[in-house]
Amino acid sequence: MKNLLALFLILFIVSCGQPERSETDTLTADAGNGGLTLPEGFSALVVAEETGRGRHIDINENGDIYVSLRDHDENKGIACLRDTTGDGKADIIEYAGEHVGTGIKLHKGYLYFGADTAVVRYPLTDGQLLPESNWEMIARGFPTEQQHEAKPMEFDGQGNMFVTVGAPANACMEQMRTKGSPGMDPCPILEYAGGIWKFKDDALNQDQMTDGERYATGIRHAVANSWNSNVNELYVVQHGRDQLHQFFPDLYTTKENAELPAEEFFLVTEGADFGWPYCYYDQFREEKVLAPEYGGDGEITDRCENKTDPIMAFPGHIAPNDLLFYTGYMFPEKYKNGAFIAFHGSWNRAPEPQSGFFVVFVPFDGANPSGEWEVFADGFAGMETVESTGDAEYRPCGLSEGPDGSLYVVDSNKGKIWRIIYS
Amino acid sequence: MKINVFFIAILIATLSGCGGSTQDSEVDKQTLPDTEIEPAQPKAATASAHPGKKVFDSVCLACHMANGTGVPGMYPPLAKTEWVNGDKKRLIQVTIQGLSGKIEVNGVTYNNIMPPNSHLSDQEIADVLTYVRQSFGNDAGEVTVEEVQRVRADL
Repeated sequence: MKNLLALFLILFIVSCGQPERSETDTLTADAGNGGLTLPEGFSALVVAEETGRGRHIDINENGDIYVSLRDHDENKGIACLRDTTGDGKADIIEYAGEHVGTGIKLHKGYLYFGADTAVVRYPLTDGQLLPESNWEMIARGFPTEQQHEAKPMEFDGQGNMFVTVGAPANACMEQMRTKGSPGMDPCPILEYAGGIWKFKDDALNQDQMTDGERYATGIRHAVANSWNSNVNELYVVQHGRDQLHQFFPDLYTTKENAELPAEEFFLVTEGADFGWPYCYYDQFREEKVLAPEYGGDGEITDRCENKTDPIMAFPGHIAPNDLLFYTGYMFPEKYKNGAFIAFHGSWNRAPEPQSGFFVVFVPFDGANPSGEWEVFADGFAGMETVESTGDAEYRPCGLSEGPDGSLYVVDSNKGKIWRIIYS
Repeated sequence: MKINVFFIAILIATLSGCGGSTQDSEVDKQTLPDTEIEPAQPKAATASAHPGKKVFDSVCLACHMANGTGVPGMYPPLAKTEWVNGDKKRLIQVTIQGLSGKIEVNGVTYNNIMPPNSHLSDQEIADVLTYVRQSFGNDAGEVTVEEVQRVRADL
């Protein structure tokens, strides 16, 4: 009898192939994929319906899930989730920490957290879901901002940490977002924001201005950032400027305002300047043009000829909020080393309908895209036409890859979490 | 006998351990999200003809949205809030001077910047605030040119 049981066990393991696939084979997708539409062969299950106002997400090697929250009653901005039964659904949801914000990433046995004015890290203990309470300050001194304050961080695996410092402005106007106010030249914001700053990943109490290095500039705001370990380069996707029609109705129609400027996908090399606030990328002209606050008319290129172009351009205002290069083995070959981008959906397309509440896929060959972008996961908004941003039921905001190659997506309205699988 | 056990074991292990997922994909196709939802409209019957709508569309709509619901986490709603339907003096003041910093609207905290609109005439402000107070499900009294003049004089 013992022999028979052993035989069963061996056959079970052998017939199921690679061990990392075995858990996925026991997962059952939800009827209707939790409201998502996906390419053929993909399905999804809802890990948690509600965790709070979710931002970014990371998954530990044991499957534990960590979500950063934009706010929380007791400032416990880390939602910690665990599935104890193996069905992919979180059975435990607890809250930890003393910060709220956007950036969250597991690194070197710590949970790094991007509070809006600092990057801190919480120690993790093997097997324990909740991080320890004795957090350490890694990087501080970031400006207190009322716009674009999110501080996502990324690591290069060589001892460095990159932090986006978004510009607290639309186009660096003398008077904030006010019609007729000219752009400041040079834009003083670029000294402390509007770029990527580089820090050591494990040195404590680094100050942005004295210890951090400005790695790249001219980036208005990039919540979506990721280190591509296949080519060892940093990539970000920028939130482009707003309100071209509202401030310059003689130069831009409401329809042009809805599409311009492009949301830009950057390969960020050290010292690069992508042009904000002086320039924006027009995806129809396929070039950077001078911003109207700096004398542009929608066609003049002027100083923008020296700025670095994006590797891909997306429609305007759809708000790229997370980027992930897929390294897993679960999805088909075409997804390997390609990029998934979570778009949060627009607000600045009004009076045109809002759009972009989806996750897209960009195929890659080496350091550059090898084809057009395509919508990968849609249906988050719960309706075909979104007139006002607040109508959208869910808005994709964060992405992470599970140890088995599943793709996790978190929403910002309620913190709903989906796990997308392929079979 | 040993061979029989072997084959049964293979059969059971294969079926139970590696069951197909065809069932999932069939279910998936049946329940797509409902696409027949009507877009929200301003509730006041005369809203589209109201002189304040033109001001609203060019100045306010980009952030506060066509139906006054705002943008979650960024721009507060104008629909069904005391900020709009309550004290007219504060409403006029915010419109002229703008607003910065944390405020609470309908139990949600917002921390952003609203630019000043002092370039608008008293008539335009009266029109747009009356429109806002009587649209999006709001049903508050009008704002007069005289009220705007009085608040502006005190700023």
